[in-house]
Amino acid sequence: MREFGYQRVFDVPGAVALGADPEARYLGGGTNLVDLMKASVERPALLIDVRELPLDRIESTDDGGLHIGATVTNSDLAAHPEVRRRYPALAQAVLAGASGQLRNMATVGGNLLQRTRCAYFTDPARPCNKRNPGSGCAAVKGEHRNHAILGATEHCVAVHPSDMSVALAAFDARVTYETATGPGELPLTEFYLPVGDTPHLETALPPGALITGITLPPAPVAATSRYRKVRERASYAFAIGSVAAALDVQEGAVREVRLAFGAVASRPWRARAAERALTGAPATAEAFAAAADAELAAAKALPHNGYKVTLIRNLVVAVLTELTEEAAR
Amino acid sequence: MTTMTGPTPVTGSVGTAHTRVEGREKVTGAARYAGDIPYAELAHGWLVLSTIARGRIRSVEADPVLAMPGVLAVLHHGNAPRVNADYTGLLGRPDPTVAVFQHDRVPFAGWPVALVVAETSEQAREAADALVVRYDEEPHDVAFFAGHPGSYTPENGRAQPETSKGDIEAELAASAVVVDAEYTTPQEHHSALEPHAAMARWDSGRLEVVDSNQGSTWVAEELAKLFSLDPSSVRVRSEHVGGAFGSKGVRPHQVLAVMATTVLHRPVRVVLTRRQLFSLVGYRSPTAQRVRLGADADGRLRALDHEALSLTSKVYEFLEPSAAVGRVMYDADAHHTVNRVVALDVPTPTWMRAPGAAPGSFALECALDELAEKCGMDPIALRARNEPNAGPVSGAPFSSRNVLACFQEGARRFGWADRDPRPGLRREGRWLLGTGTAAATHPSGVAPSTASVTAECDGTFTVRITAADIGTGARTALTLIAAEALEVEPERVRVRIADSDFGPAMVAGGSMGTRSWAWAVTSAVRELRERLVPGGGIPPEGITARSNTTEAVGALPMLERHSFGAQFAEVAVDETTGEVRVRRMLGIFAAGRIVNPLTARSQLVGGMIWGLSMALHEEAVRDQASGALVGADLAGYHFAANADVPLVEADWVDDPDEEDPVGGIKGIGEVSIVGAAAAIANAVWHATGVRHRHLPIRPDRVLLAGAATA
Ligand SMILES: Cc1cc2nc3c(=O)[nH]c(=O)nc-3n(C[C@H](O)[C@H](O)[C@H](O)COP(=O)(O)OP(=O)(O)OC[C@H]3O[C@@H](n4cnc5c(N)ncnc54)[C@H](O)[C@@H]3O)c2cc1C
Ligand code: SF4
Repeated sequence: MREFGYQRVFDVPGAVALGADPEARYLGGGTNLVDLMKASVERPALLIDVRELPLDRIESTDDGGLHIGATVTNSDLAAHPEVRRRYPALAQAVLAGASGQLRNMATVGGNLLQRTRCAYFTDPARPCNKRNPGSGCAAVKGEHRNHAILGATEHCVAVHPSDMSVALAAFDARVTYETATGPGELPLTEFYLPVGDTPHLETALPPGALITGITLPPAPVAATSRYRKVRERASYAFAIGSVAAALDVQEGAVREVRLAFGAVASRPWRARAAERALTGAPATAEAFAAAADAELAAAKALPHNGYKVTLIRNLVVAVLTELTEEAAR
Repeated sequence: MTTMTGPTPVTGSVGTAHTRVEGREKVTGAARYAGDIPYAELAHGWLVLSTIARGRIRSVEADPVLAMPGVLAVLHHGNAPRVNADYTGLLGRPDPTVAVFQHDRVPFAGWPVALVVAETSEQAREAADALVVRYDEEPHDVAFFAGHPGSYTPENGRAQPETSKGDIEAELAASAVVVDAEYTTPQEHHSALEPHAAMARWDSGRLEVVDSNQGSTWVAEELAKLFSLDPSSVRVRSEHVGGAFGSKGVRPHQVLAVMATTVLHRPVRVVLTRRQLFSLVGYRSPTAQRVRLGADADGRLRALDHEALSLTSKVYEFLEPSAAVGRVMYDADAHHTVNRVVALDVPTPTWMRAPGAAPGSFALECALDELAEKCGMDPIALRARNEPNAGPVSGAPFSSRNVLACFQEGARRFGWADRDPRPGLRREGRWLLGTGTAAATHPSGVAPSTASVTAECDGTFTVRITAADIGTGARTALTLIAAEALEVEPERVRVRIADSDFGPAMVAGGSMGTRSWAWAVTSAVRELRERLVPGGGIPPEGITARSNTTEAVGALPMLERHSFGAQFAEVAVDETTGEVRVRRMLGIFAAGRIVNPLTARSQLVGGMIWGLSMALHEEAVRDQASGALVGADLAGYHFAANADVPLVEADWVDDPDEEDPVGGIKGIGEVSIVGAAAAIANAVWHATGVRHRHLPIRPDRVLLAGAATA
C-alpha cells in the first residue's frame, strides 16, 4: 500500500481544484476505494475527502422530481420518506446492498463509481484488461459464473456491482457533476461507457470531475415499483441477477413499464426492448415472459453463466406479476 | 502459613452453565492476541508469496526494496538461515511448506518466496508489494476430478486408507434395492477470524514465541527441531486464540519470525493476511465420492461401498478420510471403504473441523436418504434397521452409542411424525418446503497429557496445563473440571494454559482436547488431595502435584468411542430463482458428559451453522490457467451470513459411560458439523424432488436443475 496524502475539503471549487491532479482520488465512504488501495489496485497519492461538502441533502425539484446530493449516505437515501414514497424500488435496491454498517458509510457518488467485483480485477497478479489494459481477460476462459451476458466483449465480461444504479437506470436518473471548467450532467444510461476494447474507461465523466448529485425526474409510474435481487446468500453479497421494475396497468393492459437489470452487464441494463414489447400489451405472465425474451435475445452466455438468462426471465415475470397484483389492490 | 480447611460442598461446577472466565476481558478488548501485544524494538515481517503454481525462482530483486524507508531485511532462499525439516514430530513429519526459503523451487501458487522486514508493518507491506521476484515457470496440474489418472491409495500408516470385508459386487447383485451415486464437495477453508500471528525474540539465550496456535508444546517442539535447538530453550505461549479449526499448528509465520529475529537480533512479528491464509495454513480438500448401497427390500444393508478421492500437494501427503464414517455408522454383509488421493500443484490441505467426517457424511447420509426413498421407508426407520451393535469394521464394542435416542428425541421435537415423505408437495407462496434428516458421528479420542495443580496458601488453586482455548471455552471447562475434582467453588480455581513451559499436553484438536486435559487435571488433583491433610499447613510457595496420563491412556481398553447425533433441517426453495433458505435446524447429540452446557451449546450450534454454510455457500475456486485461487478473501469466499442462519437448536440426550476413567467426557468440537449438510440436501430433495449431490447447493445449480425437471 503506497503512502498517500489526505485532505478534507469543505467546498466544491476547492474539491475540484485538488481533483485536477491525476494521482488524486475523491474519498466518499471509502468502502470500495480503501479496499482497492489495500489490494494495490488503486495507488493514489492523495485522497480528497468529500464528506464535508454541502452535498448531503435530498430535495424536491420544481418539476416534482428529486435531487439527491452526492455525499448522501446509502442509509439516508434508503430511509428518506420521499424516496420510499415516490421511488420505492430505489430504496429497496439500496437496502439490498452491502450491510448496515457499509451503507452508513457509503455515499451516492461512491456507489455509482464502485468498481467491478470480478476477482481477477482485484488480484494484481492476474491478467485483466480493466486493471491493466492489454494484459488480457482472465475471466473469459476462467471463473465467470457471475459475469456479463449482455453488452460484454471479449476484452471484458465484468458486471457492474451496484444495486442502487439499477433502480436509478429504470427511473431515468441524471448524474450532475462539477469540473474546474464548470458543471455538467449525464443521463445515467449514458454515464457508463460501452465496454468495446477499452474496459478500463468506465464512465463518460471528464477527468477530475466531482459528482455533485443525482436528479430523478418525476415519474408517477415509479410509485408502483419494486427491486428484486438474487444473490448467493441471503445478505451481504452482490447480486447474481436483479430486476428493478415499475408498472402502470390500466384495464388489464400495460400503460407504462420501466425495467432495468442488474449483474448482467458492465452497467445497469435498461431493458428498453422489453419495455417496448410490453407497452400496450396485456398484463399477463405470458406477455411478461415474451418481453423478457425480447430483451434477452441479445444475451450471449459464457460456459458458466447461462443460468442468468433463465434467472432474469423468471425475475421479470415474478416481479411484474407482483406489481400487477399490487396495483389491483 | 495458611491453614487448609476441609472441602466445602460445591454446586455450580461440571454440568452447570458458566460464562467464559475470560469473557469480560474478551468483550472489553482487554484480552490481547498475538498480533496485538506491543514490544520495544519490534520489527514487522510481511510475506511475499509466489504468483506462479510451479517452477523455479530465478531472482529476488531485493536491492531496490532494501533502499525503501524503514526496510531492515529481505529474507529469501538465497540468504535465509537453514532449517532441518528431516524429523518426525508429534503428528508425523512436517509439511515442507514450513521449511521456508530452503531452495528455489515453487510447488504451488501462494508458496512463500520472501519476507520483507521493516520498522513498521506499513513499510514492510509497501516494500513487499514493490519486491520483484522473477520465475522460470513450468506447466502445472491443478485440476481435481473423479478418476484423475494420478489417484492412488496411500500406504497404511496411522490412518487406515482402506477397509474391506465380504464381496461387494455379489451382495449388490443380490440386493433388491441399489443406490449408486457420486457426490462432490468443493475446497473449503477455515480462515479463522484471527489470522495467524507470531512474535519471536531471543531472551537470555531462550527463544520466546508469542503465537496463536492449537498447542504450544507442539509448536515449541517443532521449532526446536527445525532450528536444531534444545527443546528446553524454546518457550511458546498462545494465551488467546481467535479460532483455529485445525489450521493453527506449525505454520510458516512462526518459522519466519524465528528466522528474522535470529538475523536481526530484535523482536520480529509476522502476521499473515487474509489472502495468505488461503494458501499457507491448510484447507479442506475437495472430494469426489462414490457411494454404493445395496439392501433387501426391508432396508437391511447387504453392501456398503464408499470410495472417496481427495487431493494433496506435491510436497506432502495429506489424506481427507471421507470414507471412514461408514466404518462406524453402518454394517453390511459386504463393507468396503477407501480413501484415495491425488497429488497436484496445489497447497497442502489439512485438518478442518471434522476431517473426513464432514464431507464423508454428506455423501453417505445423502445416499442413505436415497435408499430410504427407494425402499419406501422412513429415513429414520432405515437407520434404526441398520443400527450395529459393534464396530462394523473393528468388531469392538461401543463405549456408548445413543444415536437412536438422538433420532427419537429429535423426531419428537422436530415434528417428524407428521411428515409426508413424498417430495415436491408443499408450497408457501414462491417457496417449496421440505424437511430432511441425517446422522452425525465423530471419534472421541484421548491422548497423553501432563498437568500440575497447586494449592496456594491463600486457599485458591492454580492449574497449569498446556491446553489451548481456541475460542471453545476450554479454559472455563477446565476450571469447572478442576473445581469439581477439588470440591471447591470454581471461583477458587485459576487455570493457566497455553504455555509450553507447563509441559506436554494434547493439542486442541480432533475433539480430544477436553477429554485429554480433563484426565490430566483430575489425575493431578487426585494426587494433590492425597497430599493435602485437612488442617495441615500450606507453605508460601504452595503445594504442587503433577500428573502424566501417558500410562493410563495406554491402558485404556480398545473400544469404539464416538459422539453421535441426529440432524434435522427444514428448507424453503424457490425454483424460479434458485434460492435456498434454511428455515430451522435441530441437532440432538449424544456426546458423553457435558461439562459446560453454555459453551457446549455454542460449540454445537456453531458446527451446525458451519454445516449449513457448507451445504449452501462455501467453495473455493481454483483458476486453471494460473493455478491460483480466484477471489481468495472473505468477499469472494462466501459463508453463511446472519440472514442465512435461522433458528438453530442444539441439545443432547443422556450418554453415560460408567466405566470411563474420565467420567464419560467425550469430544463435542466436531460432531455437530457432521451430517448437517446432508440433512439440508435431503430437505432440498424433499422440497423439490431433485437430488443435489454437489455442494454447495448454489442458486445456479438449483435453477438449472429445476428448469431441467420442469
Ligand atoms: C463487503 C461489501 C459488500 C457490498 N455489497 C454490496 C451490494 O450488495 N450491492 C451494492 O450495490 N454495493 C455493495 N457494496 C459496495 C458499496 O455499495 C460501495 O462500496 C459503496 O457504495 C461505495 O461508496 P463509498 O462512498 O464508500 O465509495 P468510495 O469507496 O469512497 O469511492 C468509490 C469510488 O468513487 C469515487 N468517488 C467517491 N465519491 C465521489 C464523488 N463525489 N465524485 C467523484 N468520484 C467519487 C472514489 O474516488 C472511488 O473511485 C459492498 C461493499 C462491501 C465492502
Ligand atoms: S472480466 Fe474485465 S475485470 Fe474481469 S478479468 Fe476480464 S477484463 Fe478484468
